[in-house]
Amino acid sequence: MNRIQKTFSSAKEQGRSVFVAYLTVGCPTPEGTLKAIDKLVEGGADVIELGIPFSDPFADGAVIRSAAYKAIAQGVDMDAVLSVAAEARRRHPETPFVAFGYYNMIFSYGNEKFAGKAAAAGIDAVLAVDLPLEERGELVPVLKKHGLAFIPLIAPNTPMERVRRSAEGMEDGFLYAMTVKGVTGVRGSLPDDVAGRLDAIRRETGMSVVAGFGISSRGQGEALVKGHADGYVIGSAIVKKLCEEGWEKAESLV
Amino acid sequence: MKTHYGIYGGQYVAETLMGPLAELEKAYLESREDAAFRAELESILHDYVGRETPLTHLKRLSAHLGGAQIVLKREDLNHTGAHKVNNTVGQALLARRMGKKRLIAETGAGMHGVATATVAALLGLPCEVYMGAIDVERQAPNVQRMRMLGAKVNPVSEGSATLKDAMNEAIRDWVANCDDTFYVIGTVAGPYPYPQMVRDFQSVIGREARRQMLEKFGRLPDQAIACVGGGSNAIGLFAGFMDDPVKLVGVEAGGKGLASGEHAASINGGRPGVLHGAKTYLLETPQGQIVDTYSVSAGLDYPGVGPEHAYLADTGRAEYSVICDDEAIAAFDMLCRFEGIIPALESSHALAEAIKRAPSLPADAILLVNLSGRGDKDMDNIANYRKAH
Repeated sequence: MNRIQKTFSSAKEQGRSVFVAYLTVGCPTPEGTLKAIDKLVEGGADVIELGIPFSDPFADGAVIRSAAYKAIAQGVDMDAVLSVAAEARRRHPETPFVAFGYYNMIFSYGNEKFAGKAAAAGIDAVLAVDLPLEERGELVPVLKKHGLAFIPLIAPNTPMERVRRSAEGMEDGFLYAMTVKGVTGVRGSLPDDVAGRLDAIRRETGMSVVAGFGISSRGQGEALVKGHADGYVIGSAIVKKLCEEGWEKAESLV
Repeated sequence: MKTHYGIYGGQYVAETLMGPLAELEKAYLESREDAAFRAELESILHDYVGRETPLTHLKRLSAHLGGAQIVLKREDLNHTGAHKVNNTVGQALLARRMGKKRLIAETGAGMHGVATATVAALLGLPCEVYMGAIDVERQAPNVQRMRMLGAKVNPVSEGSATLKDAMNEAIRDWVANCDDTFYVIGTVAGPYPYPQMVRDFQSVIGREARRQMLEKFGRLPDQAIACVGGGSNAIGLFAGFMDDPVKLVGVEAGGKGLASGEHAASINGGRPGVLHGAKTYLLETPQGQIVDTYSVSAGLDYPGVGPEHAYLADTGRAEYSVICDDEAIAAFDMLCRFEGIIPALESSHALAEAIKRAPSLPADAILLVNLSGRGDKDMDNIANYRKAH
């Protein structure tokens, strides 16, 4: 079993949900990101998503966009992301890390070079927001060669037949089910049919499923996925605290 | 139908958009086979847009240059003053056919925004246009026109506050509202089927031009020349001559020169990458961040290029040259003074390339230049440029 599989299966044994925490690497600073990872892992985060800042984050809401621009302004690039990952891996040997970003950053770095270095840095999986089923063939085999998983995104409007095809061969990772159509960011309420949708995705694929987009607290995440999915992602709420509100004073990031 | 052009093109979008793109592809392919749809499109292009647009032989300018004959395809004479409307009429009809209740668009110089606002009014659909805050400033007359036509203009002030950021914001709107909203993309960029669909709607330019060349001159041109930002007017022209022995020439915006770094020449100065749903040539940093582009012409100020152009460049079927600000302005002046036509600064780039090439060619050679738009919108830009130089 890889780190991801171990994490999901031990959470299942303990009868609890997997808490996936997203942060943008380099916001407020690369050193701040490392401290935040420490704090998140201590506070119970099971999986860390390391956001790769990109100049044109068209799938993100205002909070994560602003974090990306701040990180880029400090010169945070793929090499910086990989060194943060390597140091975080040294500090947290068991926590799965997912490199999360837009495909151009990977493509521009070189798929092969990226996969090799990401694996060496201790990254477990990659989620490329703009690499759907039709296009992922140019990256996934390269990742697999280096022992990295690929995390498919499932949208609220993805037909079930397509959900099954998206899940094929991805058992070394998990499925990321978006709760809403739209960009990342905290929302007042989530659609009523999320639970049924998560049930169906899990039933159809037999894979571990996490719900993401619009979840702002662990309480909300737990309540949403209990009995319907294996975990939940908190992103914008963490990034907001981290980059905008002076997180060092905060008791916890979530 | 093909989703890729060689290694370029594709559908590099978030999963949420794959459904809407499939729905769009289906509607688009069906509309192509539907005689009633085509008839309505043609009747609007004829009765409302004012097609067909004429060819104009630039006799005085050609004689002055002393070489090849320069002939213009007059897309500037379309209603709204540019080729953009050919595409927005088509997409808006498609939106109505699909039962969409709302149009959104991105715009740079504002011509596509105006053309979208225009057809939205024509079909009675609400319209919102995303425009970089910097472009809102430098293209104020077009902002007024859009508002006059009933569209809501949303300035986008983040990132570089220009066309690419406007497109990001339009994509965000579309992802959230894809059930009832149609995204009218203004150029042959974006995910499949947009590059193919926009090419189809713009290919009326090349189809007409080819027939008109044969009628008027009894022959095809030696070269077909058009400016390339995203590249829709160029693809529209090229489409008519793709299988002919006609040299196809795309002209990119060289701004202050390739060496200065301040330009918008994605093919000549960029490398392959992935942006806004397609793999294509991009202007980016060595680290993969998309860079701010520069051109005196706002309509060419985009860090990417339509994927078919990337493919035509690699295969050599089309060649892509670079014209800098000063050359475009000089061509602008010449067309005004010699022929009484005020061209858009975008189109002035294509004309400048023809002016460069004409003197070394024989007098019976013909350079067909797509005059993609008129220059009324550029009066302030020209004045500002002259002040600064």
